[in-house]
Amino acid sequence: MLVEFAMMHAWLVPLLPALAFLLIVFLTRPFEKLSSAITVGAMAISCVIAIFAAYGIFTNHEYANQPLVYAAKWLSLGSSGSADSLLVQVGVQLDPVSAMMMVMVSFIATFIFLYSVGYMKGDPGYSVFFSYLSLFGASMLLLVISSNLLQMFVAWELVGLCSYLLIGFYTHKISAREAAKKAFVTCRVADFGLLLGLLALQITFHTLDLVELGNRIQHFGTYGVSIGMLTLIAVLVFIGPIGKSGQFPLHVWLPDAMEGPTPVSALIHAATMVVAGVYLVGRTMFLFHEVEPAMQLVAVTGGFTALFAASIALTQREIKRILAYSTVSQLGYMMLALGVGSLGAGMFHMWTHAFFKALMFLGAGSVLTALHHKADVWEMGGLIKKMPITGWTFVIGGLAIAGIPPFAGFWSKDEILSTTLAEGHYVLFAMAAITAFLTAFYMWRMIFLAFFGAEKPENHPQESPWTMTVPLLVLAVGAIGAGWLGTPWHNLWAEWIYFGHPLHEAANYPVMLLSIVLAVGGIYLAYTMYLKDVQKRRAQRMAAWFGPVHRMLYNKYYIDELYLWFNHALVDGAARLFYLFDIYVVDGIVNGIGAIARTSGDGLRVFQTGRLQNYALIFFLGVLAVAVLVTLTGHDAFSQVLGGVK
Amino acid sequence: MPELTITLNHFVVLSAILFCIGLFGVFTKRNAVAVLICIELMLNAVNINLVAFSKFITPGLFIGQIFSIFVITVAAAEVGVGLAIIIAIYRNRLNVDLDNFDWLKW
Repeated sequence: MLVEFAMMHAWLVPLLPALAFLLIVFLTRPFEKLSSAITVGAMAISCVIAIFAAYGIFTNHEYANQPLVYAAKWLSLGSSGSADSLLVQVGVQLDPVSAMMMVMVSFIATFIFLYSVGYMKGDPGYSVFFSYLSLFGASMLLLVISSNLLQMFVAWELVGLCSYLLIGFYTHKISAREAAKKAFVTCRVADFGLLLGLLALQITFHTLDLVELGNRIQHFGTYGVSIGMLTLIAVLVFIGPIGKSGQFPLHVWLPDAMEGPTPVSALIHAATMVVAGVYLVGRTMFLFHEVEPAMQLVAVTGGFTALFAASIALTQREIKRILAYSTVSQLGYMMLALGVGSLGAGMFHMWTHAFFKALMFLGAGSVLTALHHKADVWEMGGLIKKMPITGWTFVIGGLAIAGIPPFAGFWSKDEILSTTLAEGHYVLFAMAAITAFLTAFYMWRMIFLAFFGAEKPENHPQESPWTMTVPLLVLAVGAIGAGWLGTPWHNLWAEWIYFGHPLHEAANYPVMLLSIVLAVGGIYLAYTMYLKDVQKRRAQRMAAWFGPVHRMLYNKYYIDELYLWFNHALVDGAARLFYLFDIYVVDGIVNGIGAIARTSGDGLRVFQTGRLQNYALIFFLGVLAVAVLVTLTGHDAFSQVLGGVK
Repeated sequence: MPELTITLNHFVVLSAILFCIGLFGVFTKRNAVAVLICIELMLNAVNINLVAFSKFITPGLFIGQIFSIFVITVAAAEVGVGLAIIIAIYRNRLNVDLDNFDWLKW
């Protein structure tokens, strides 16, 4: 009964947070406690509905192949039925992928909202912050359950807006404002590609409905679409996820987005919004599946981003920045999994990653609160003694992301590695394996530096209040257990979430052993360099040996500088050129017309004597001239002008 | 002595001469009052035309005669306004010489 209700009314899931947003904005803004209670409550109810709906989906295997779709007409243009008509619908599509995502987003959001109650205490913009969070929750859930790409795009832009608002939430900080702008502009660049892709899909296939589009794209030839055109569409659509999910080369906004409040970093820029890109690729898998080059592009972009971001994370100093690069790197893993054709592995990593990354961000937030926003890991140390809950949950997160069994990250990462190998992408497999090693190393470098070793006397950390530690504990449970759904021996996950046909990879013990060795090796190396070696001499020696490399990594491969240079040289240069064009050509034409009028006026005003007799004479001469002309020529045109006088 | 019949042509020529005299006066006279008188002359030239055409082309209908009475009426009103303007200018400038009245200039 409840399950039935939840499945048929899944639209309530995004609606409740949206109502919470409106309620806070228009009514309860002055009452801070009430505002936060509404936000958390609405999201918790949404989460319950989502869980019931997901239960309904996951107990009936039919939905894995035949999604539950219901939609309402929003507007239609053109005569219905004809090829040129446009029918825009709002609808809900429930299948294992969206049900899983819906549960994940609402569940993690609920606990992060709860965490925000403690984290944002005393902030002047407390209610506003919660209204933004509600709006974000609503848009993200709308994106997840969308039954067509246009609705998804609307939600996609809405989450982008929320991201902008929340990154720049501390409006008094210049860096926050700049980061917000950077995020928005970077994502807009990418969204333009996506928009073009969607337009092309609508024009060529006459629909944006996901199920219908899936059917039509299988027979793209009958719609007069060449394989090249389809590749172009796939690449355009993929540009959107490149921006949203922080893939190289548009990853630059994500680390800067950490200027926002920490719950925002955890919720939006680690667990949910940034995986929207991965989700979109997963949703449009039918498109990518048809064109091999597009799949390869996805895989290579993902694999490269994973390695690239992990290498940057090696040298960073700020705790949230390290986590941000780690997020970029893990998103790369997900893309890699999708690119090698495994929807299940990509979504699985997204699922486990959401738990342990949200956990680590919230842990970082707890640390930052305790240390009064001192972010450099080198200035921390021994925090685990004073903050045991934060510390140990963070360690659990670290074990999960490094890929130590039986923690969540191990299973999903192993799934990606073995799928990549099974599909025969050896180079990508090597990149992913190296990334796994680097991930273990930089994560544990951070953990050893921040939580272990000698305490710094100038720090006086204190454990955070229960609203902050309870979410940590809940997410820690997720970080431990979320991966057990997809163990190679009994892969529940792959039975439900797949594209085309279920992928059953048998347990690949060599790969499993390799990933454990890499993870343990990374952690051990971090241990010897940053914990056993109290003076950190080896770390300094390493940095000195690889001086230029270290500098390059520390400066993030100078990508930001490259973009700045590009901006200065090309954009500003072109602007200067066009400025000259504007000054001399456009203004020249406008001023020229003015000058013609002025000089001719100067000439003609000589005739304006002001004497009536002169005017009368001129008038008379004019009439005379016309009369003479008419008489001499007898011309019809004159006659007509003069009213038919012949 | 041949019999002299007065035809329409005579009236038209008379009216043209009268009109030209008036026009010449309007263009050349310095004194504003003289210009007004010349305008009257032109109007009356037109009146002669109207009456003559009416008499020779549509005798018995008196359209031209009635029309010329209207013209005389309007001319009287016009002279009234014109003289009032001239008196106003004279009060300001103690002068009605048209050469001085070039204020309508840029």
